[in-house]
Amino acid sequence: MSETPAITTRDLAKTYKDVRALDGVSLNLAPNRIYGLLGRNGAGKTTLMSILTGQNFADRGTAEIFGHTPFEHDPTLARLCFIRESQKYPDDFKVRQAFSAAAIFFENWNEQLAQDLVKAFNLPLNRRIKKLSRGQLSAVGVIIGMASRAEITFFDEPYLGLDAVARQIFYDRLVEDFAQHPRTIVLSSHLIDEVANLLEHVIVIDQGRIIIDSEAEDLQGAAVTVTGSAQKVEEFIAGYPVIHRDALGSLASISIRARLTAEQRARAQILGLELSPVSLQQLVVRSTLSSQSDREQTTERQAIK
Amino acid sequence: MIDDSKPIFMQISELIENDIISGTLPEESQVPSTNEFAAFYRINPATAAKGINRLVEEGLLYKKRGIGMFVAQGAPAKLRSSRREHFAKQFVTPLTAEAAKLGIEMDELIAMIKSTSAG
Repeated sequence: MSETPAITTRDLAKTYKDVRALDGVSLNLAPNRIYGLLGRNGAGKTTLMSILTGQNFADRGTAEIFGHTPFEHDPTLARLCFIRESQKYPDDFKVRQAFSAAAIFFENWNEQLAQDLVKAFNLPLNRRIKKLSRGQLSAVGVIIGMASRAEITFFDEPYLGLDAVARQIFYDRLVEDFAQHPRTIVLSSHLIDEVANLLEHVIVIDQGRIIIDSEAEDLQGAAVTVTGSAQKVEEFIAGYPVIHRDALGSLASISIRARLTAEQRARAQILGLELSPVSLQQLVVRSTLSSQSDREQTTERQAIK
Repeated sequence: MIDDSKPIFMQISELIENDIISGTLPEESQVPSTNEFAAFYRINPATAAKGINRLVEEGLLYKKRGIGMFVAQGAPAKLRSSRREHFAKQFVTPLTAEAAKLGIEMDELIAMIKSTSAG
């Protein structure tokens, strides 16, 4: 790809007191795609997005947005929209005023889209922000994030308090609007299964490090859980990288990284084994857990030395 | 619908292929647009586009500039012959394996198949 990346970071690091929030993060995000930034609470997602939007700075490394450092660079900041989980608005503002302020700030603001979304989320425009429910407050953020049509939009867990129906409205409208107006979207979420199908690329961060940086399609169907008699399961999975093991008496259920061919599937059936796909959410959970246990083992080994 | 078993773009290609084979999408009929697929299955439009483009590369669909995608002449026949090649691996092997596991003899299996397709 010869086009300028939307986001580039090199060896980004940030420490808060004794916590390493980011530990050597190097990423390249292409424009006009939907990225998922996944990971546990405290993994470093929000720190990364704050640095990328110039609201925080790194101890080490570089971050560039369309080739510019975002920190105190207004022309770059004007191209970004960052919706935080606990987005703050002036308390005395009415919902209407929050949107008017956003309309002034974001040059690509689309008033029609904002109004459509207000209707879809059934948001009371004349209510004061501080009187809103948690879900309504999240809806304000979602609407600003979408109607800003910023070149890069960061949604950091934007759904707190939104019920399943409201979240579905958000995802549906996002797909619809993205199709008409492609832009770079970075979606940080715990609800991985809900957003999995929207993502083109998946980045998983754990304890400040990137542990997965892959195209979504390379993760879909890339792992399989094999269940059956322990001995036969072991025989079948020999040679494949194991993601997770469960055992129950003489039964074993082992997840491996593998794309099985039709012959291999037939062989599993002959052996009496059951195959089930591993969802993105399971894959992320397993990878996070195994990266943590690897690290603990390393620490133990270092302690022994 | 979309599941976790394989990449979504492949599932989209297969959904369209199935509709071509079954005649739901006859030759020269228009295929839904990328954005229609994306909205319906709630997937990324780029993923839907990849699934459709794969069929264009295989000559099963063709593009009419500014109008959309259409099913190519001969697409159903082409698909049927390639699906036939995979039929044994995909269906017959597991069937005979399961039959062997249950102790069903070949004659009995053949009789079962005959009575199922007759019913």
